[in-house]
Amino acid sequence: MSDRLTVLKTYKLYVGGKFPRSESGRVYEVTDSKNKWLANAPLSSRKDARDAVVAARKAQGGWAGKTAYLRGQILYRVAEMLEGRKDQFVREVADAEGLSKSKAAVVVDAAIDRWVWYAGWTDKVAQIVGGGNPVAGPFFNLSSPEPTGVVTVVAPQESSFLGLVSVIAPVIATGNTAVVIASENSPLPALSLGEVLATSDLPGGVVNILSGRTAEITPSLASHQDVNAIDLAGVEDDDLAKELEVAAADNLKRVVRPQPVDWSADPGTHRLTAFLETKTVWHPTGSLGASGSSY
Amino acid sequence: MTSTPSASAAFEYAPAPESRSVVDIAPSYGLFIDGEFAEAADGKVFKTVSPSTEEVLSEVAQASSEDVDRAVKAARKAFEKWSALPGAERAKYLFRIARIIQERSRELAVLETLDNGKPIKETRDADLPLVAAHFFYYAGWADKLDHAGYGADPRPLGVAGQVIPWNFPLLMLAWKIAPALATGNTVVLKPAETTPLSALFFADICRQAGLPKGVVNILPGYGDAGAALTAHPDVDKVAFTGSTAVGKAIARQVAGTDKKVTLELGGKGANIVFDDAPIDQAVEGIVTGIFFNQGQVCCAGSRLLVQESVQDEVLDALKRRLSTLRLGDPLDKNTDIGAINSAEQLARITALTETGEAEGAERWSAPCELPSSGYWFAPTLFTNVTQAHTVARDEIFGPVLSVLTFRTPEEAVAKANNTQYGLSAGIWTEKGSRILAVADRLRAGVIWANTFNKFDPTSPFGGYKESGYGREGGRHGLEAYLDV
Repeated sequence: MSDRLTVLKTYKLYVGGKFPRSESGRVYEVTDSKNKWLANAPLSSRKDARDAVVAARKAQGGWAGKTAYLRGQILYRVAEMLEGRKDQFVREVADAEGLSKSKAAVVVDAAIDRWVWYAGWTDKVAQIVGGGNPVAGPFFNLSSPEPTGVVTVVAPQESSFLGLVSVIAPVIATGNTAVVIASENSPLPALSLGEVLATSDLPGGVVNILSGRTAEITPSLASHQDVNAIDLAGVEDDDLAKELEVAAADNLKRVVRPQPVDWSADPGTHRLTAFLETKTVWHPTGSLGASGSSY
Repeated sequence: MTSTPSASAAFEYAPAPESRSVVDIAPSYGLFIDGEFAEAADGKVFKTVSPSTEEVLSEVAQASSEDVDRAVKAARKAFEKWSALPGAERAKYLFRIARIIQERSRELAVLETLDNGKPIKETRDADLPLVAAHFFYYAGWADKLDHAGYGADPRPLGVAGQVIPWNFPLLMLAWKIAPALATGNTVVLKPAETTPLSALFFADICRQAGLPKGVVNILPGYGDAGAALTAHPDVDKVAFTGSTAVGKAIARQVAGTDKKVTLELGGKGANIVFDDAPIDQAVEGIVTGIFFNQGQVCCAGSRLLVQESVQDEVLDALKRRLSTLRLGDPLDKNTDIGAINSAEQLARITALTETGEAEGAERWSAPCELPSSGYWFAPTLFTNVTQAHTVARDEIFGPVLSVLTFRTPEEAVAKANNTQYGLSAGIWTEKGSRILAVADRLRAGVIWANTFNKFDPTSPFGGYKESGYGREGGRHGLEAYLDV
C-alpha cells in the first residue's frame, strides 16, 4: 500500500432528497467502540426535525399514490444498491458496533435481505390485512389498508444498521414517509444509507435521516401536529419513552412502544401493520331482477 | 309521497305507542360484580331518567374506585378459567347470549328507548338486531382464532376495562364485550351515567346464559369510575368510545404502561353530494346521516358538502323532507326524531347552535312542536357556513347539519379532509370512477357511497387521525383483544 492519505467523507443529514448540514451548524464527535475518532456528525436541532417533517409530508401523497408494485421495485433497488456498496457498510458497521469484519458482514447481509423481504410485501399486505366483508345486506363492502402518513422513527441505538433498516423499510413499504433519528452514538451507517436511498429511485423526502441527541430531537417530533405516528424503538430511557408517548397523545399519534427485539429474527408483519389505517367502503349492490339473485 | 299537496307538513297519525308493559324496570339496581348485584362500597346511588319525560326510571348504584378494584379483582380471578376454556365452549356461551338477546329484543328495545330517548323504530330495527348479530358473529370466532391471521394460538390480553357512551348503550356494549369474550378476555364495563339500564339487563342475560361469575362485570357510574378503571394497574386492555378529549386523556394516562388501547372517538363526517347524484336518494341519505339517533352519532354526516350547481335543489328538497319528520314520543312507532339524551347534551347543542348564529351562519329549523317536558331539539341546518365556523369544525353531537358548497371534486376532498377528525364520510354520485377516486382520497375510516350510516358486525369500524385508533368489527376487531 502506498502511504497515500485517504479522503475523508463529511457526513451529512438526508432531508427532502438533499444532503444538508444541520441548520444549527453544530456537529458532534462520533467514535468507534475503542473511542477512536471516526467523523463529525451533524448535531441536528429541533428546526432540522421540523424541516424533515415538512419534507416528509410533501412527499407522502406522491409516495402513497405510487403503485404497490413500483414501491416494491424501489425497495428492491435499495437492496441492489446496498449489495454494491457492501464493503463500505461492513466497515462502518464493524466500527460502529465493535464487530469483526466477518460478523459485520453477516449483519449487512441480513440488512440487505431485509430490504428484499419488505420489497416483496408492498403488493401483498393489502391482501393479508384487507378484504371483502360479508355484510348482512345488499352492499359491496371492502376494507383496505392505507398508510397512516408521516411516521417518526427512533432507530435502535445498538443495532445501527440492521435495526435501522428493520424500522425504516416496513414504514415506507406501505406508503408512509419517515423522519428517522439515527442511533445517537453510531449514526454513520444511517447517514451513509441516505446516500444509498438517494440513488435508488426513492423520491426525495420519503426517508429523512437525522443524527444527533435522541433526547433533544424527539420531543418536538412527538408533539409535532403534522406527524401521524411514532416508533419509539430506539428510546432506551423509560422516562423519555413515557414523556414522548404523553406528547404523542396530543394529536393521537399511533405509538409503537420500545420493546426488546432480536433484529436478526424473522421480523413478522407487526411493524408493517402498525402504521396502517383500515378504510372500509360501502356501496349498494342493487339487484337485476325480482329474484334478487344472479344464479 | 311528494305528489300529495300536504307533503310539506307531517301527516296526522293516530298515536301508536309501543307498550311499556313488556319491560319491568326495578326501582333500584346494584353494581354487577363477580356474578352478583351489589351496592357501591360507599353506598352512593344516582337516578336515571327518561329523557323524553324526565321521569325517574330507576336508582342505580354509583361505582367508585373501590368498586372498580373489586370488579377488576373478580375479572382477574375469572380470567384463568375463562381463557383456558376451549374456544368452542366460549363460543357456545356467546351463542347463548346472542339467542337470549333475540328472545328478549322487544323488551330491550323498549328499555333502551325509555332510558336513551331514541325512537323505538331505531332500537327495534337497528340497535337490537345489530346487538344480537354482533354476539352471533364473534361467537363464531372463538374457536377459529388460529385462522384469523394473527399466528397460531393467539393469546388473550387478560382483563379488559371498557368505557362506553350513551348514544347506543347496548350496541356499544356488544361491540366491546363480544370480541373480548370470544378471544378469552374477561371484562369490566362502565356504561354511561345517563344510560345504565340496558347494561344491567345484560348482566341478567349473562346470568340466564350461565356465564361463569366474574367474566362480565358491569359498573354504572360517572367519569371518575371510568378513569379509575382505565388507570387500574391490573387492567391489560383499555377500550373506550366517547369524546376525543377523554380519548386523549386516556392515551396520556396509559403512556409508559403495557396496556393495549383502542379508542373510538369523535367525528365531523362530510357527506359529499355531486351534481349528478340521485337527489331524492341523496336527501334520504343526508337525513339518515345527521338525524339518525338525533345526530348523536360519532360517525354522523354532520357536514353536508353540496356541489354549488345543485345546492338550491338539494336544500329545497331537504327542507321539505325535514318538515315531514315526526318528532315526539320515542315509544311511538311513527316517531322519527326522539329526545336528546340529557339536559347537559341539550345545553351543549343549544350553545353550539347559538355560536353558529353569532358567527353569521344562517339557521333553519324544521317547523315542529317540541313537547313541554323532556329534552328536545328540532332538526336544524345551517347554510352560509364557512370552514372557519365553529359549526363546521366542532362535533355538535346533535340534530344539526352544517351546509357547505364546492365546485370541483378536488375542492370537495380538500374540504372534507380539513378536520382533525377522520371517522366517516359519504359520497353521492352516479359515476362509479368518481366514487372510487374520491373514496381513495378521503382520510376517514368508513366511507359510505350512495348510502350512509350502515353498520354490520363483519365490517371494521374506526377512525383516522383524532377519531381514534384500532378497529371494531370484523376480523380486524379481534386484534384489539389479542396479544399480537
